[in-house]
Amino acid sequence: MATQIDGVTVTAAPVVPVDIVPADTGPTMPQLDFATFPNQIFWLLVALIAIYYVLSRIALPRIGAILAERQGTITNDLASAEELKLKANEAEAAYDKALADARNDAAQIIAQNKTEMQTQLDAAIERADAEIAERTAESDRRIAEIRQGAIADVEIVARDTAQAIVAALGGNGDDPAVVSAVDARLKGGRA
Amino acid sequence: MATETVIAEGEAAGGFNIHPMEQFRITPIFGDGDVGLFTVTNAALWMALAVLCVIGLLVLGTRRRKIVPTRVQSVAELAYGFIHKMIEDIAGKEGLKYFPYIMTLFMFIVFANLLGLLPTAFTSTSHIAVTAVLAMAVFIGVTVLGFVKNGTAFLGLFWVTSAPLLLRPILAVIELISYFVRPVSHSIRLAGNVMAGHAVIKVFAGFATVLWIAPVSILAITAIYALELLVAFIQAYVFTILTCVYLKDALHPSH
Repeated sequence: MATQIDGVTVTAAPVVPVDIVPADTGPTMPQLDFATFPNQIFWLLVALIAIYYVLSRIALPRIGAILAERQGTITNDLASAEELKLKANEAEAAYDKALADARNDAAQIIAQNKTEMQTQLDAAIERADAEIAERTAESDRRIAEIRQGAIADVEIVARDTAQAIVAALGGNGDDPAVVSAVDARLKGGRA
Repeated sequence: MATETVIAEGEAAGGFNIHPMEQFRITPIFGDGDVGLFTVTNAALWMALAVLCVIGLLVLGTRRRKIVPTRVQSVAELAYGFIHKMIEDIAGKEGLKYFPYIMTLFMFIVFANLLGLLPTAFTSTSHIAVTAVLAMAVFIGVTVLGFVKNGTAFLGLFWVTSAPLLLRPILAVIELISYFVRPVSHSIRLAGNVMAGHAVIKVFAGFATVLWIAPVSILAITAIYALELLVAFIQAYVFTILTCVYLKDALHPSH
């Protein structure tokens, strides 16, 4: 080691005098001064035992507990998050179900109302139809009456006319044969 | 002290005063005496500071036990998770029993390295005595564990059954040598890296006293300091991950 140091210092400053180690202080390397070994080993053992004692009794169990606790907290939080997620899903499902139910109910109510309206409508139509039929029958009846009246009038007019024509031609206008002939004719003409 | 007088003489002579190894000297904090077994030295001080930093980060930083962590607690949790995962990935679930030991090694090394980078600080992990103890603790612990867990089956680590029978004795010798070299490389890698970086910074700092080199020198110090920050963490990481690998060998000796 000494020669190495000599080399370094000599190359760096070849002209100036260099002190390496005082002549009276033992070996060049304090590391090889065996007189200090027992002292160093003693204090090293004291230090190591102190550190070991502190670590094994206090520090390591404590840090281990902190890490375990943190791990536990994280796991718990994750579990509760999972639980909350499940709950949210459930709530969503319930909401969807409620929505579907409401839709169904609404459809049902609409259908019910429709049928009700249909029946009412049907009844109204029926009533209207009945009234229409009634009125039609009435009208028919009156038309028939009018026609009957007209026919009777036609017979009278025809008889009168025939009698007048017969009388004008010099025949006996009041002859019942004229009337029966007119009637027969009317009946035949109608037939 | 004698050292100071020599430095003063050097300055008077107008030369460089480069003492790259001076920073590694172990000196008593109180008084000037010899370094005995229980002397409170700079090494002891900086190790104690490393211990305090570990406590500050891992104990005080986590004392509020927040679910959403503060910055310091976050770093503590990061360190915990980093080593925990490393052991689990490499040595498997059974390796987690030794988590506190490995965490102790990592936290000590990483804080000793980082504190050593403070200006004027002493770096305890730059001393082979310290890293050798750390490495030997791992080596002996893992070897004992291997025999306790697997009995003589642990020796299967050296008997490569997938190799041709003829090669196995040769491989066994190689494996055995590499096994015993482990603590050496394990300790010297850490101490060497840390020591080299600090020595290089000191050498450049010495050059900074000359005006025309100073800008280059300061730039170099800045760059090497950044590199050393990286090395401080990486060497702690490497030491720990190798410990995990050795632990894996002890728990599952079959290749």
